[in-house]
Amino acid sequence: MNSFWLIFWSISYLLVLFFVANWAEQRSAKGRSLVSNSYVYALSLAVYCTAWTFYGSVGRAAESGVDFIAVFIGPTITMPLWWVIFRKIIRICQVQRITNIADFVSARYGKSQALGVIATILCVVGTIPYISIQLKAISSGFGILTTANDAGNSLWLDKAFYISIVLTIFTILFGARKLDANERHEGMVAAIAFESLFKLFAFLAVGVFVTFIVFDGFDDIVQKASKLVDLQRIFTIKEEKTSDWFWYCLLASLAIMFLPRQFQVTVVENVNENHLRKALWIFPLYLLVINIFVVPIALGGKILLGTAVKADQFVLSIPLHFNEKALAFVAYLGGFAASTSMIIVECTALTVMLTNNLVMPWLVSRTDFQRRFGGDMGQVVITLRRLFIVLLMAGSYLYYKNVSDKYSLVSVGMVSFAAVAQFAPVVLGGIFWKRGSLAGAVGGLLVGGGVWFYTLIIPSMVSAGYMSSDMLSKGPWGMDLLRPESLLGVTGLDNISHGTFWSLLLNLLFYVGGSLLSQPTALEHNQAVLFVDVFKYSKTYESAVAWKGKALVTDIKSLLTIFFGKSHTEETLQLYAKQNKLDLNTRYADSQVVNYAEKMLGGAIGAASARILVSSVAKEEQISVEEVIDILKTSQELKTVNEELTRKSEELEQLTQQLKQANELLQIADIQKDDFLSTVTHEIRTPLTSIRALSEIVHDNPDMEEDQRSHFVNTITKESERLTRLINQVLALERFETGKQELDIDEFLMEDIVEESLEALDQLAKEKNIKIDVAYEGIYGPIRADRDRLIQVIINLVSNAIKFCPADTGKIQINTLQTEASLSFSISDNGQGIDNKYQELIFEKFYQTRDQSVRKPKGSGLGLAICKKIIELHQGTIKVESELGKGSVFTCEIPLGKN
Amino acid sequence: MTGMKILIVDDEPNILMSLEFLMKKEGHKVFIARDGAEAFDIIEANIPDIVLLDIMMPRVDGYQVCEFIKKHDAYKHAKVVFMSAKSKEADMAKGLELGASLYVPKPFSTRDLMAKVNGLIRDISEAAA
Repeated sequence: MNSFWLIFWSISYLLVLFFVANWAEQRSAKGRSLVSNSYVYALSLAVYCTAWTFYGSVGRAAESGVDFIAVFIGPTITMPLWWVIFRKIIRICQVQRITNIADFVSARYGKSQALGVIATILCVVGTIPYISIQLKAISSGFGILTTANDAGNSLWLDKAFYISIVLTIFTILFGARKLDANERHEGMVAAIAFESLFKLFAFLAVGVFVTFIVFDGFDDIVQKASKLVDLQRIFTIKEEKTSDWFWYCLLASLAIMFLPRQFQVTVVENVNENHLRKALWIFPLYLLVINIFVVPIALGGKILLGTAVKADQFVLSIPLHFNEKALAFVAYLGGFAASTSMIIVECTALTVMLTNNLVMPWLVSRTDFQRRFGGDMGQVVITLRRLFIVLLMAGSYLYYKNVSDKYSLVSVGMVSFAAVAQFAPVVLGGIFWKRGSLAGAVGGLLVGGGVWFYTLIIPSMVSAGYMSSDMLSKGPWGMDLLRPESLLGVTGLDNISHGTFWSLLLNLLFYVGGSLLSQPTALEHNQAVLFVDVFKYSKTYESAVAWKGKALVTDIKSLLTIFFGKSHTEETLQLYAKQNKLDLNTRYADSQVVNYAEKMLGGAIGAASARILVSSVAKEEQISVEEVIDILKTSQELKTVNEELTRKSEELEQLTQQLKQANELLQIADIQKDDFLSTVTHEIRTPLTSIRALSEIVHDNPDMEEDQRSHFVNTITKESERLTRLINQVLALERFETGKQELDIDEFLMEDIVEESLEALDQLAKEKNIKIDVAYEGIYGPIRADRDRLIQVIINLVSNAIKFCPADTGKIQINTLQTEASLSFSISDNGQGIDNKYQELIFEKFYQTRDQSVRKPKGSGLGLAICKKIIELHQGTIKVESELGKGSVFTCEIPLGKN
Repeated sequence: MTGMKILIVDDEPNILMSLEFLMKKEGHKVFIARDGAEAFDIIEANIPDIVLLDIMMPRVDGYQVCEFIKKHDAYKHAKVVFMSAKSKEADMAKGLELGASLYVPKPFSTRDLMAKVNGLIRDISEAAA
């Protein structure tokens, strides 16, 4: 393939990545974050799989069997522990705005500047080789595809040099574009997740090609491979290697926690603690899937290409062997993705570390720094970061040029793993053991780092020719016990296991010993408690930090302004003050505000630098451990009191709400009562008016005709009866509604009460010449109910029917149906019927008078309301079916329990 | 003082009956309507001098009838007397705002009502004179 096109496509791929990142950032700005998703989070963790996985696993498998899998088994086994470890670390970093692992260690042990520096150096020295092997992988992949010979030593012809430059630019674009107080890069994370998918796809494509197209499935490969003698030897797991397995697993499971890039994606870029939950199984699944085809490719490569090609290159060489250029190209891009994701995240994490823990503490402690850098420190920080990215890439390139050629991808990776594994005691101790102190941490890291260098770097320098080989064979100055590859005469471990064993052991001893022997300062104790008991203090962090002193509000503001600009500073402080009910218009800042400002600064320039800056503007008083303990206790009490208050106010809120509802109900009831009263009044006044008018007329006109007089007097009597009825009904209804009216349950026959009701209505029916038929169905037997009330219902319904039926042609049908369980009876008429929209309303009291639109026979307006009440008291239902002009059917149904 | 055209509008037959008796005894020409809609027809056909008007009636209520009367030049000289069981001040005020001459709450004394009607008749004759 033409190298111009390969470069073109590689850069195009990076542009696609950049597009993905930009898109993610735009979405996040619109509040629809792409990264706030547990799948994206889990995929971003797969930045763990670098070119070493992509190319190196196959190489390692071909050279020494299934060893390679240790670095995946380790993390998979220990992953469940993350729920305990990382939930805590994520919370701590979020509460204290910690943005990298060196800052984490420095903050935990009293915001120590020295510890930050040691941790940073360890990370940088440990990971530069690791970055350099990514460059090596890209460059050799490039070489294989273009079949160009390595261009020798001339810098201008060296492709790795150009690759480094391009990657430097992109890393700056991804990781060091703006200064943020929490150091999160949503665009970068989206791009990394994309790369993880892409490299998985590419590797699987090659795997499927080799296994199912070149060969005939897994069985076929294994069968053919078993004929090769040296493969048999390699794939036999030897007993003496089991301890190596242990150390590799341990190393990998520690490295995946503390590698700067892993810390960046797992902790710093975490949006939501709960994403961890899903990642705990998705990420191991990813590791499993990407490793499925490692052995088939390794075996296939051995069978097809023998020893002619380096096993590290099988992923590219096998497709090329079959002239599958497109597949080889995809594989190359997969490897490119694996390398670039690692480089981008690792450099971003390291530069934050270098700026915040190495340069900033020194810079801000210079008395002239503010004068010199003026208002825009943010720009200074960004420039520094960019500079460091350039330096890191340059360092990696130089390392690649001069050293890394001598090692396989895997062994360089393992040495890096061993370096960051040194963080295990200080970090894990730091979050679980309050006694862990600065002295212990410094001792542990220095000794662990030193032993790491001595046992793992010195041998590589010897084999690179920078040191005499006597160092390895005879020990320094001939001291046999100090030979770097077998300290104190320990043998039987390979060099990685050996170095890991000694460095971690001594690291741990010094950490624990140093911690127990030293006395922590107040600040150390404060931070230790805030770390170990983070879940207890995370909501009251600012008040749990012990700080005594005086700082002018204006000083605090101008300090923040230097880094975050005026408007952002004002906004953030105002918001914080408002949320915590603090006053910013005082002369001296509240200690909570000072602590909050320090936390903000810490996010941008690291805990140690922030500590230096704040103490430079404040008159601080010494604080004792006892005071720290007091403040911590108070903040806990404050939290309890706050929670209690919140609970109380919530309860109060609820009560108020209930009161409001009750009040509304009362008001509605009140309105209803008013309505009822005014309707009753109206209904009473109407017959009263007739009675009074007619009786006055009869009185004032002694000479009126006898017929007329008797008609008038008769009417007076009828109207009086109407009035009496109305008053009785109002009272009855009132008794029903207030529950004063109880049922008088009796045993009787339905037939009897129907007959009795009809007798009472006989006269009325005869007047209009209306025919009433009755049919009884179902079982015959006594029922239990309130006899008089049921008669009232029947009379009411039948008299209504009579009222609405036409004279002479009117027909009324009464049906009853009695079963064991219930009694239902219906009264149908062929009267004028009721419009659909009124069928519900007629059961309301005084409905008749409220709706004035239809002329209809007069009644009290309470009859149906009373019927409904009576039936409901019997636990029954009453309903009407009706069609205008055709008649109505009223049906009552009551259950016949054993009441 | 006699010979007025009087329209009585009420949905209560007994009230209609008693008022009709009283007015006829005084020698007036009496029309009766059982709701507002019936009242419209009678007003158009007979142009009454006095309308005794109930408020709460089916279909068209007393307020609408009063509005109808006061809106048309042909009938607006008619004196309207509201008679209603609605006795709140607001109801009375509304009735008088619509142009009614009197508001008589139910139940009323027929003697009192007759005196008031006679007063209105005097006004009418004085205005004519």
